[in-house]
Amino acid sequence: MLKMKKFWVLIFVAVMALTLSACSKEGKETSNTTDFKVAVIHIGDPADGAGYTYAHDLGIVKMQEELGLSDEQIIRKNNVNDTDAVAITTAMEECIEEGADIIFGTSWGYMDTMEQLAAEHSEVIFSHCSGYKNNGSNMNNYFGRIYQARYLSGIAAGLKTQSNMIGYVAAMPIDNSEVTGGINAFALGVESVNPDAKVYVKVTNTWFDPTLEGQAAEALLDMGCDVITQHGDTTAPQMAAQARGVWGVGYNSDMTKDAPEAHLTAPIWNWGAYYTKATKEAMEGNWSNDNYFGGMDDGLIDLSPLSKNVAEGTEEAIEAARQRILDGYKIFEGELYDNQGNLVCAEGEALADADITGAMNWYYKTVEVK
Amino acid sequence: MSSQSLSTKKEPFIRIIKKTEISVGKTIVLSLLALLAAIIAGGIFILAIGQNPFEIYTTIVKGAWRSSMATKGTIKIAIPLLIAALGITPAFQMKFWNIGAEGQIIMGGIFATYFALFFDHLPHGLLLVIMFVAGMVGGGLWGLIPAYFKTRFGTNETLFTLMLNYIALYMIKFFIEGPWRDPASSGFPKIATFTKNARLDQIFGVHAGWLIGLVLVVVLFIYLTFTKQGYEISVVGESVNTARYAGMNVKKIIMRTMFISGAICGIAGMTQVTGAAYTLGEGVAGGVGFTAITVAWLSKLNPLFILVVTLLFSMLEKGCSVMQSTFGLSSAVSGILQGIILFFILGFDFFTRYRFVFRKER
Repeated sequence: MLKMKKFWVLIFVAVMALTLSACSKEGKETSNTTDFKVAVIHIGDPADGAGYTYAHDLGIVKMQEELGLSDEQIIRKNNVNDTDAVAITTAMEECIEEGADIIFGTSWGYMDTMEQLAAEHSEVIFSHCSGYKNNGSNMNNYFGRIYQARYLSGIAAGLKTQSNMIGYVAAMPIDNSEVTGGINAFALGVESVNPDAKVYVKVTNTWFDPTLEGQAAEALLDMGCDVITQHGDTTAPQMAAQARGVWGVGYNSDMTKDAPEAHLTAPIWNWGAYYTKATKEAMEGNWSNDNYFGGMDDGLIDLSPLSKNVAEGTEEAIEAARQRILDGYKIFEGELYDNQGNLVCAEGEALADADITGAMNWYYKTVEVK
Repeated sequence: MSSQSLSTKKEPFIRIIKKTEISVGKTIVLSLLALLAAIIAGGIFILAIGQNPFEIYTTIVKGAWRSSMATKGTIKIAIPLLIAALGITPAFQMKFWNIGAEGQIIMGGIFATYFALFFDHLPHGLLLVIMFVAGMVGGGLWGLIPAYFKTRFGTNETLFTLMLNYIALYMIKFFIEGPWRDPASSGFPKIATFTKNARLDQIFGVHAGWLIGLVLVVVLFIYLTFTKQGYEISVVGESVNTARYAGMNVKKIIMRTMFISGAICGIAGMTQVTGAAYTLGEGVAGGVGFTAITVAWLSKLNPLFILVVTLLFSMLEKGCSVMQSTFGLSSAVSGILQGIILFFILGFDFFTRYRFVFRKER
C-alpha cells in the first residue's frame, strides 16, 4: 500500500518537474512594433496541407511576411462550421476580443453572421470571401476571376484526354454560379484545343467532403473519364484518378504533391495578393469598402506549375492562351450556346463578371450532368 | 459477501460490483481526484506538443470569462446544453434511453422556424409565444414517436431515437435546399436570416434562453421531486411491474414523459434558432443533444447539478476555442484535450458507481 502511494507521489513530482522546466523555457516574447491585428476564420484547418483553407492560409502567411507582422498579430480560427451561426459568432467575437482590426471570413456561409456582427462592431473591418453583401461601411467582399485559370486548366485536360471524356466533380448544382461558371470556363478551355471532348459533371452538394468527392470521382472514372477535375476543397478526386492510373486537374492549391502521378496542373488562388493589399490599406487607415474582384493581371489568380504528366505542347498552348487573356480575351465572348441549344451570348458580345460569378445558371454545350 | 471461499467453483479474478451507497463526501473527493488526474494527463499531452500546461490551462479558464463578451459567449454555449440535458432527464429517470435529443432539438428548431419565416407580421410577443409552443410541439412529437412504438410494439428506444436524429437532420437539409431556401442567395442553399421581429429578446446582453433554462431547472426539479407524475416516472424507472401492480397506466406514463422530454429539447432548438443563430442551419443542434447525455448522466439526473456541470462543460468548450487561436494550435488539439479530460471524469464516475472485487488467494 505504502509502495503504491510512493509510486504516485513520484509520478506527480515528475510531472510537476517537467512542467516547471517547460515554464522556464518560455518568457521570451517578440516585441510588437504595432498592435494591429488580423483575424481569419477558416472553414477547414491549414494543417489539411492542400485545398481551399490551405490556399487561404498561404495567402495569410504571405501577407504576414510582406507586411512584417509578428505571429501575435495573426489570429486564426480553424474548423469553424459555416452552417452553425453560433459557432461563427463565437469565433468572430473571440477575434474582436483579442483586438482584431480586420477579420477575413473565407467561407460563403459566414456571410449573414458577418453582416450582423459588422453592424454591431463598427470599429472592425469585415471582409468576406465569395459572397455578395456589402454594408457600405465596414463590410465588403472579395473574390476573383478564377474562371480565367479554369479555362487554362481546360487546355491541359483537353490535350491530355484519350477517351475524350473529362470528369468534373462539382460542389454545387447548376444554380450555384460560382461552380457553374467554373465548369463552363473549363469546358471552353477544353474545346479550344479538343472540340471532340465532353465534360461530365457530378455534383456532391458539399464544399468539403473527402468521401463524397472521392465517390463522385470514382463514378466518373467508371464511366470512362480519363481526366478528373474538381470544384471542391479536398484532394480526394486527384487521389482517385491516381489510383486508376489516369489524370487529374486539381483546384485551390497545387495538388501535384498529393497525386504526383496523376496531377497535371491546378487553377490556384494567390489570396496573398488581396490579403496584403487589404491589410496594408487597413493599417494605413485608407481601407475602402469597395468590393474586390481580382484576376490573373494582379496575380490573384494563376495556374500551378505544369507537372511532368502534361501532354506535349501543353505549355505552349497555355502560354498563348494566357497571353490572350492578359491582352483582353474575356473567355465568355462571342457566340455561345448552352447544352439545351439556347443562345447565351451573341456574336460580338461578352458576359460581365457579375453575370459569370453571380448569375450563370446554364451549362455550356459540351457539358453533360451525370 | 459471496467471496467466502467455498472453493467448489472457481471465482473470476475480478468482479465488478455495483456500490449500494456512496457518501456525498466520498463522491466529492472522487470527483476532485478525477479532475486532478484529468488535468495531469492533459498536461502531459500539452507538454508533448511543446506547450506549457500552466499557460494553456490559464488561457482556457480566462478565455471563458475574461470579458463580458467572453462570459456571454460561454453562457450562449451553455443555454442549449442546459435545456437539452434537462430534457433528457425525465426520460432517463424512467430508464427510457432517449438518445434522440439531437433530433428533438432540430425538430423544435424547424417548427419554430416555420413561424419565424411565414408569420413574422404578427406582434412580437405573440409570435415568440407561438414559436415557443411550436418548438415544444415539434420536439415533443419527435419524442412521442419512439415512445409510441415502444409501448405498442416493444421496439428498442435507443436505436429508434438515435435513428430519428438523422431523419431530422435530413429534414433540415430538405427545407434549406427546397421550400425554405432564401430566394436572395443566388443558388447557395440557406434559409433567410430572421427579421428583428422574430428574434428572441436579450436580457443582460444574452438572449432570454438563459432565463428559460433557469426556470426549467426549478420547474423540472419540482416536477420530478414533488409531483405525482414525477413519482410515477421514478416508479416506472425502478420497475415496470411494480408500477403496474400499483395500478399505474405505464403506457400512458411513458408516452407522456417522452413528450415532455422531447418538448424540453424542442425548446432548446427554438431558443437556438430565434435567440442565437437567427436562422436555421444544419448546425443548429451541432452535437449538443449528445453532449447533453453526458451532462445529464454525470449530474446523476439532478437538475441542480446539471446546471453546474453544464457551466463547466461550456467553460471547457469556450476556453479551448480561445486557447486554439491564442497559441495557434490545430483545432484537433482542443478536441484531444477535451477528450482526455472527459475520459478521466467519466472513468472516475465509473468508480463512484461500481467497485472491483478481487478473488482472494488462499
